[in-house]
Amino acid sequence: MIPVLDVEDLKTGFDVKRGGRRMHVQAVDGVSLTLGEGEVLGIVGESGCGKTTVGRSIMRLAAADSGKVMFKGVDVLKAQGAALNDLRLSIRMVFQDPYASLNPRRSIGNSIAEAGDINGAFTSPEDRRQRIIESLDAVGLDASFAGRYPHELSGGQRQRVGIARAILPVPSIIIADEPVSALDVSVQAQVLNLLMDLRERLGLSMIFISHDIGVIGYVSHRVAVMYMGRIVELADARTIVERPKHPYSLALMAAVPRPDPSLRIEGGVATSEPPSQFHREAGCSYAPRCPLASERCRIEAPLLRIVGSTQVACHHADG
Amino acid sequence: MLSVENLTVSVGAAAAPIDIVSAVSFEIAKGEILGLVGESGCGKSMTSLAIMGLLPRPGPRTRTGQVVLDGVDVTQLQPWQRVSAGNASMAMIFQEPMTSLNPVRRIGDQIAEAVRVHDRVHGGAALARACELLEMVRIPDARLQLSAFPHQLSGGMRQRVMIAIALACRPQVLIADEPTTALDVTVQAQILGLLRELCNGLDMAMLFITHDMGVIAQLADRVAVMYAGRIVETAAVRTLFDAPAHPYTRGLMDCMPVRGSAGQRLRTIPGQAPQPGTVKTGCAFAARCPQVRDICRAELPPKMRVAELHEALCAFPIIQGGPN
Amino acid sequence: MTVAAGALTKSGGIRTWLAPFVARPIALVGLAVLIAVLILAAAAPLLAPYNPDAYDALIRLSPPNALHWFGTDQLGRDTLSRVIYSSRMALLVGVGVVVFALLTGVPIGVFSALFPRLGHVLMRIVDVLMAFPSLLLALVLIVILGPSVANSIIAIGAGFLTTTTRIVYGLTLRLKTETYVEASRSMGSRTGWLVHKHILPNLISPLLVQASFVFAFAQLSAASLDFLGLGAPPDIPSWGNMLAESRNFITRAPWLLFFPGMMIVLTAFALNLVGDALRDRLDPRFREMLGRKI
Repeated sequence: MIPVLDVEDLKTGFDVKRGGRRMHVQAVDGVSLTLGEGEVLGIVGESGCGKTTVGRSIMRLAAADSGKVMFKGVDVLKAQGAALNDLRLSIRMVFQDPYASLNPRRSIGNSIAEAGDINGAFTSPEDRRQRIIESLDAVGLDASFAGRYPHELSGGQRQRVGIARAILPVPSIIIADEPVSALDVSVQAQVLNLLMDLRERLGLSMIFISHDIGVIGYVSHRVAVMYMGRIVELADARTIVERPKHPYSLALMAAVPRPDPSLRIEGGVATSEPPSQFHREAGCSYAPRCPLASERCRIEAPLLRIVGSTQVACHHADG
Repeated sequence: MLSVENLTVSVGAAAAPIDIVSAVSFEIAKGEILGLVGESGCGKSMTSLAIMGLLPRPGPRTRTGQVVLDGVDVTQLQPWQRVSAGNASMAMIFQEPMTSLNPVRRIGDQIAEAVRVHDRVHGGAALARACELLEMVRIPDARLQLSAFPHQLSGGMRQRVMIAIALACRPQVLIADEPTTALDVTVQAQILGLLRELCNGLDMAMLFITHDMGVIAQLADRVAVMYAGRIVETAAVRTLFDAPAHPYTRGLMDCMPVRGSAGQRLRTIPGQAPQPGTVKTGCAFAARCPQVRDICRAELPPKMRVAELHEALCAFPIIQGGPN
Repeated sequence: MTVAAGALTKSGGIRTWLAPFVARPIALVGLAVLIAVLILAAAAPLLAPYNPDAYDALIRLSPPNALHWFGTDQLGRDTLSRVIYSSRMALLVGVGVVVFALLTGVPIGVFSALFPRLGHVLMRIVDVLMAFPSLLLALVLIVILGPSVANSIIAIGAGFLTTTTRIVYGLTLRLKTETYVEASRSMGSRTGWLVHKHILPNLISPLLVQASFVFAFAQLSAASLDFLGLGAPPDIPSWGNMLAESRNFITRAPWLLFFPGMMIVLTAFALNLVGDALRDRLDPRFREMLGRKI
């Protein structure tokens, strides 16, 4: 695997006001991961686990507290001027909500060409027009869409436009944040197929962020499971879905409602819920909900270590 | 317990109504969970609102059909009358628990209010019943939580409170409209487990509405699949997943990533669902159907009995062991 | 339904803008009154039966009659002609105030929202200005600047600068967090690009509504200033000046107050009706209903 993006010990937090007091929420608390060339790296977790903030930090939409994100020898978090312009074209994002991510007052063509317009990537109006049409064509929309407006399009078509925007000009990396969560199943399948086709044809690498384990398991080569701002397990997709080692991954996989009535979750389910993000305690953050938690877990936070082919952050995970 | 007959909900002028729910009929028995599944805009939420008499005004209205609750026709009754229709009653829970709760009142008071309306008891007795309801929905430290405000609870806990409020009127029928869609999977699993327990324990009929085939498979006893305002297939849950008879149901099953194996292309249903009122004649699925024939475009397909308790609104249903 | 509404916008922008007027006949009346005032102003020399400044001592304070439909004033000038010519001043002040409020309020509001530190300071100043009754503010400014048409536009406009800034500030704060703005930022856009391509285009419709209300209230403020003798110079005919001049004759010649007063009320009312209709046009739920109906 040739690495294209290297995230090292990324930390991102927010100041929020809660009950009149200023509090710091550490949304991402030391995440390290490597994206290989042509790879789809899935990040999965429940709401508030920090998966979206990882993507937004790499895009510099959220200011990281510390850490490094290396792309072609440049630290993405510190780049300025021309180097930053290059990065803006090389790493692109597809957003969750296809309704909110397009400006209702701009034509589809203008929306798609935005990155090129901002960074001066077009040589002439004719070149611009041509490349808008190519980009639309690549996502299965015909040239007439360039003159339309978002409200004339269905959800699936809008998400195709969102993808067309992310591939003009063609980037190296796409960060897709819940790109199909807002779509119906039948449309979701079309968009997933499109993303995978484009990845292959254009040689893209992709970070795919989702709460949907079915989707993540399907599109990703490797999957990172996040909990409370940290990666608790990282392994190839099949292993994560079928033989997860971290107790949280295990609980997560067990909770996914499978479309198969013969695999029903029977019996009572415990009523444990994620703890508050405002009171982070020492030790493993999953310990309060974990069936395997021991004294050590409450004192010492486990680090990611290699067990078999898996990286897992748990004192009790073994072979 | 609940039977819906030929329910049609329309929008637009009375002279040229556009049906968003067309001739929907189903029955739910005591202790049974009927899953109503479909994609956005298929009319599943409108169906539930019409049953409760909660259609937004001005806007859609019930044009034809009857809602019969325990033998009593409640179609003409106001929503509050349906909540307590003689001996039987209905209750409903929604997707977003935060917006359904009053943010400045303690949850104990909010549940007690529902208790007061239904049981005509006051003060301590109502609060005691509220506490009992919180225990029923498995909220830990129920007595302490009575004095909590909605924002102090997590999404899952708030949905439990909504269920407790719904149970306050001792409903025979519970209508749940995507109650777990806004929740995380681990919390969703807990709420689904709770709903199943309550249905069994209280012998309550439930109409569970969702877009998620996974949730349906986990919870429902029987399933009705909706497409473009019509129920296109009804079957027991195992039958539906093992041998879907309608091409649309079949297509939905095939495009789920969990079922496909990684690396392969997902099967898709081409195109998208039609807007209400755009399909004038024939089957609404005809334009997307892989096995469409001329007659499908010409006339509305008949309701075909595929097997015992298994019906499909399709002239050429897929029969297990057949050419498909 | 969204698709239907979309096709509608495509087929004719004007028709969607007219739709809320058609749906509410009262708004159509407002629009008609407004157009009438516009025609009066544009074609005043053609429509006015007399020279508005022509004295005729013989017919002072004559009540409405066949020759002078609205009667004459204390100098024998034709009231109808003066009412017609006054609509020019009304439009001039209205347009001037709207332009002033927008030219100042939009930049202050947008940049306050985009640069929170600057915004914090600017919005506190706006808060202080808002604490003054707008007429008092206008009076203070007129006293400082001296009475003239231009100065009364500035003085009245200052009162609406604050409300316009507030509205723009609020809208921009919301727009700033829209996903498409985030998307644009992720592609490296600078502030100028964001304002030009994403913020301003989305401010146009709500500001149009705001403009119609500002226009209406500017009429009332201008009339008040004129009445107090601090607005347009007395030799220029305006509805406010007419009221001011005739207040001594209120019992002897009530028509002198009735007609210009009526015009002020009618114009302001019509503008409010139009503003309401425009607001409905912008309410997506209403738009959807129209989309279904047509």
